[in-house]
Order: sequence, then structure tokens, then C-alpha cells
Amino acid sequence: MSKAIIKIEDLKREFTMGNETVHALRGISFDIKEGEFVTIMGSSGSGKSTMLNILGCLDQPTSGNYDIDGVSVKDLSRNELATIRNEKIGFIFQSYNLLARTSAIENVELPLLYNSKVSTEERRKRAIEALQKVGLGERLHHTPAQLSGGQQQRVAIARSLVNNPVMILADEATGNLDTRTSYEIMSLFQELNKQGITITFVTHEPDIATFSSRTIVLKDGDIMQDYNNHNILSAASELAKLPKQDD
Amino acid sequence: MRLLNLFKIATKAIVLNKTRTLLTMLGIIIGVASVIAMLAIGEGSKESIRTTISAMGSNMITIKAGADTRGGVKQAASAMETLTLSDYEAIKSQSTLLSYSTPLVNGNGQIISGSNNWPSTIYGVNPEYLNIKVIDLQSGSMFTDVDVKSAAKVALIGQTVVENIFPDGQDPVGQMIRYNNIPFKVIGVLEEKGENTFGQDQDDVVIAPYTTVQKRILAIDHLNQIIASAINEEEAPNAVLEVSKILREQHKLTGNQDDDFYVQSMEELISTFSSTSEMLTILLVAVASISLLIGGIGIMNIMYVSVKERTKEIGLRMAVGAKGADILMQFLIEAILISITGGVLGVLLGLGSTVFIEKFLNWPTSVALYSIVISFAVCAVTGIFFGWYPARKASALDPITALRYE
Ligand SMILES: Nc1ncnc2c1ncn2[C@@H]1O[C@H](COP(=O)(O)OP(=O)(O)O)[C@@H](O)[C@H]1O
Ligand SMILES: [Mg+2]
Repeated sequence: MSKAIIKIEDLKREFTMGNETVHALRGISFDIKEGEFVTIMGSSGSGKSTMLNILGCLDQPTSGNYDIDGVSVKDLSRNELATIRNEKIGFIFQSYNLLARTSAIENVELPLLYNSKVSTEERRKRAIEALQKVGLGERLHHTPAQLSGGQQQRVAIARSLVNNPVMILADEATGNLDTRTSYEIMSLFQELNKQGITITFVTHEPDIATFSSRTIVLKDGDIMQDYNNHNILSAASELAKLPKQDD
Repeated sequence: MRLLNLFKIATKAIVLNKTRTLLTMLGIIIGVASVIAMLAIGEGSKESIRTTISAMGSNMITIKAGADTRGGVKQAASAMETLTLSDYEAIKSQSTLLSYSTPLVNGNGQIISGSNNWPSTIYGVNPEYLNIKVIDLQSGSMFTDVDVKSAAKVALIGQTVVENIFPDGQDPVGQMIRYNNIPFKVIGVLEEKGENTFGQDQDDVVIAPYTTVQKRILAIDHLNQIIASAINEEEAPNAVLEVSKILREQHKLTGNQDDDFYVQSMEELISTFSSTSEMLTILLVAVASISLLIGGIGIMNIMYVSVKERTKEIGLRMAVGAKGADILMQFLIEAILISITGGVLGVLLGLGSTVFIEKFLNWPTSVALYSIVISFAVCAVTGIFFGWYPARKASALDPITALRYE
């Protein structure tokens, strides 16, 4: 088997609210291997976002171990976590989080602005490549206001790709989109996965999970199920089966 | 590299919020412009006082009856009759540091010639007066020591007097005028000197031998002043000391008895007036500095609003790898750019207003380079100082909390 990008062991995350403790994650262990397309499922409040934030080094676990790409995250400082996010991780959010009044290409360049190893020309080149990969090669200078929701999410995906991350993390990335656009986005994710990019995708929609190779189901901070998907559907063909939109 | 990127990010934010940025800058612009203009006015008036006084003869030393009027109780000089001709003679014979000296008596009266009359001041002096005051003759000639000895009724008049007494343009030299009903023959006309800084018309004068003015007009024996010029500007302070010493002997003042006269050099006069205008400058600058401070608080205020508004953006930047220091620098650079751009615009506005003040209000101005340098420095410091706390606040945000912020 290929190498593990993510290794977590007995991961716990507790939030203290006044004198009450919320157990958002209650001791979770799993590995994610290079090239996997994992969906994390579960109802609202089950701990999916908490899980993803820790995987993305935005948050630290209360206890347990977490290794990403061979680096133990547990004892890293704020700055070291920022560097890991900058170099190893691509984030995609439900609400796109693009900078307003800023062109697609500048939005995509953003992570590279914080990497002093990347020159201005290199940055521009990589941003254009990323936008071409998500099918927006013709929309480089459009601002978010000039793009549809699906296109905005594509810009966000391009932004997550631009630093060549070891893994892409998406939290409800299709949550704001209609079914058709969601499937288009999922088809893009499947394509990227085929090119070898590891993806962890949080969703609460079961049909989205059918496009991934593996599904982890959370409930109240525990893993309920963790299974490999033997019948991966192609988002592109599902999209073709959808009833035609009236124009 | 990274700093350059942060600089780009900050510039972009400023450009995206042009109107707001400009409004924020307004405080700084007005503050800097007023500092520059105020200092220019202050410097200008100082310079003009200096040139006026220099034109009056920068080596000049004035000796007046009475105690020092600078500070303490002032006694009207006219009430003191302690200065006499023998004082003058003592100074003339004993001093080593004076090149010219003259007794001076003065009075006010009416000049009449034909149907024209004009009130003016008459100065009774000796021929050295012109050298001391650096006055040239436009026509005619100065009276002589013989005229002084004989108390001749001859006079020289200034341009203002000429205009009012001889309005038809005839040559005044050789004409007769009456001063307080005493007939004088005009033997010369003084070159025009114009107004001095204090608004005094230096051409509204009549000059005659001091003996004539003493005996025939004022009927007094004492002198109002003795004026002299030091051999050069550097020796002026020593000349003041020397004259004081001679006069103390003359007046038989011993030990700690106070002087019953005072001697003042032009340098002292300049510094007296300069210190007054310096006070004024300090006051003006204080007022201007307050507006600069208010400008700084304006920046801080807008930076706080900006950090709050852009919380989500800050969260995103952190999520894609910005460190706390990057966020801090971004907002700090933004604050400094606002204040320095405000400073540049302020300097331009200040220079513009200075030109306006000079041209249309006719006030003397002089832009000092240091005022521009200081303004810039203050602007940069203002940006750093008032931008620091908002920037600090932004950099300390937790990325998840910031991303969730709506
Ligand atoms: N910052 C926080 N402070 C307190 N409780 C939190 C915080 N973040 C998440 N939680 C709690 O942890 C649990 C899991 O939340 P979350 O991971 O957001 O769920 P999901 O994304 O699956 O809907 C919830 O009960 C939530 O209220
Ligand atoms: Mg969630």
C-alpha cells in the first residue's frame, strides 16, 4: 500500500463552555493514505468540522497524536502550524471565502504570497495553471461578484491546489450549491483525485459520499463506520442522468 | 520578498477603499498642512523682523534714559532727564569700540508749507546720524557740524513728508517749511525706506541739527537718546558694556546702584522680537500638532473598524498560511502608508497655502526644510503608534474564530 499522509491516534477534542465540557471528538484513530478520496459523513454537530480543523492544523487536539506527512503536529507552535498549512494543506470552505473585489488570479495567488520561496513570476504561472485545471482559464481577471457560485468554488479549489498540497481538505464544499453544480464540482474533485491528489471531504449528503473511495461516519464525536466504497459512482455520468435544466 | 508581498497586500487594501482612506487621511493632511503653514508664517515674520532691524543698522547701539524697560516696572523714558550732552561727549571721547555716535532729541509737531500741512516727528541729531541709520540722500546734502554749532534752521525731510507738503512735485530742496511755526530751510531729501515690520513709516521724518531742535523747538537741555554704531557687529555687545561703564562713571553710580539709563544693541532687539515671534510659532505649532494627534486617532479608529470588518479575511489568510507577524505587518504597513500619504498631501497643501498666504494676504513666509522633515517623521511615527494596537489585535486572532465571524 502507499504511504499514510495522515495518522491519527486516540484523538480527543474538548471544549469548555463555562463549567460544562463538550466532547466534540472522543478518541478517534484512523490513517489516510496517499491518493485516497475520503468523505467524512455525519449529522450536524457530530464533530466533522472539529475533525477537519485539526487535520488542517487550524486547531490542536486536546489529546492524542496526529502526524501529517511524517510530521508530528502535537507540539508545533502557531508559526510552525501556519507553515504546514501554507505548504502541505489546501483548504476549501462552504462559503468559498474569496477576497471580494479581487480577481480570480489574485485570489488563487494568495497562499503563495506567504511563501517567500516562490517568486512573483512562479506565483503567477502556478495560479494560471491552477485556474486552467479547474476550467477557469478564461476567467483569470473576473472578480467573485462576476462569477457564479459554482465558478467561485472552482476559484477556491484552484487556490487550494496552487501550493501543491499533500492533501486537500473540504468542509461542506458543495453545501451552498444546487445539485447540478454540486455534481460538477464533485466531478472536478474526482478528476483531481485521479491525478493523485489526496482529498478529505466533509459532507452530510449521502449522495456526495458515493463519489468517494472511502467513507468515515461520525456520530457524537465517535467513529460509527469506516468503509471502503466498492461501487464508486462517476459524478460526470450522474450529472448526465440529471433531468435537463430549463433555460 | 515577503515584506514586498505584504506591502502589495496593504496597497491593494488602500486602493480598494479610496474614499474611506482619503477621509481617514484628512486629519493628517490638515494637521501637516497647518504645521507647515504655521511654521512658514513664524519663520517668515522672524526673518522679516531681522531684515528690518538690520536695515536700521545692525551695529546700532541705543542709549536711553531711565531703567531697563525689558521686564520690571517701566518708567516713561521722557520723564527721565538723566541723559545729557556731557554724557554724549564722554562716550565720544572715551569709547574705543564706536565708529559713529550722535545725540538724539525728538518731538512731534506740525509741518506747514504754503497751504499744505502734515504732522510729523522731528529728530534732532548730528551729521553722523545718516551713517548710523544707514540712510542715503535722494537729493541735496546733509547739514554740517558748523550748522550744529550755530543751531542753524536747516532740515532734511523724508518721502512721506515730501508727498504731503510738496504734492505738486516741485523740488523741496531750497524751499522753506515751518515746523511748529519755526521756519526751516529744506536742504535735503532722504531716500525712501518704506515701512518696517512694526508698521512704522520710516519716511515720515524731519531731521535737523540737535541743537536747533533742543533750543528752538523743545526748549530742553537733556537728550532723549544717544545712538551710536559699533565698529562691527561682533563688537556690538562689548561696545554696550563699554558705554555702560562710561555712563556709570559719568553718573557716579557705585556698587550695586541700578543704572539710570539703558544701553541696547540691535542684536538684543532682534532677539527680543524673535523670542516673541518664537512664542507665537510654538503656540501655532502646538495647535497644529493637536490636529495631527486627532488625525492619528482617526487612523487608529479606522484601522480598528477595518480589522473588525476584515476578520473573516484575516481568518482566511491565516488558514492559507499567514503567520501572526504577516497579519501584523500588513495592517501596520497599511496604517503607515495612510499616514505617510496623508503627510505628502499635507506637505503639498501646506506649501500651497503658504504661497497663497504670501501672495494674497501679503504676509511674509519662509518654508523651513526642517518643518517638512519633522512632519514626515511625525507622520511615520503616528502611523506606527496608532496602527500598532489594531494590527496587534488582528494578528492575535484565532483562525477558526475569525473564519466563523460574520
Ligand atoms: N469553539 C467551540 N466551542 C464550543 N463548542 C464547540 C466549538 N466548536 C464546536 N463545538 C461543539 O462541538 C461539537 C461538534 O461541532 P462541529 O465539529 O462543528 O460539528 P459538525 O461540523 O459535524 O456539524 C458541537 O456540539 C459543537 O457545538
Ligand atoms: Mg460543520
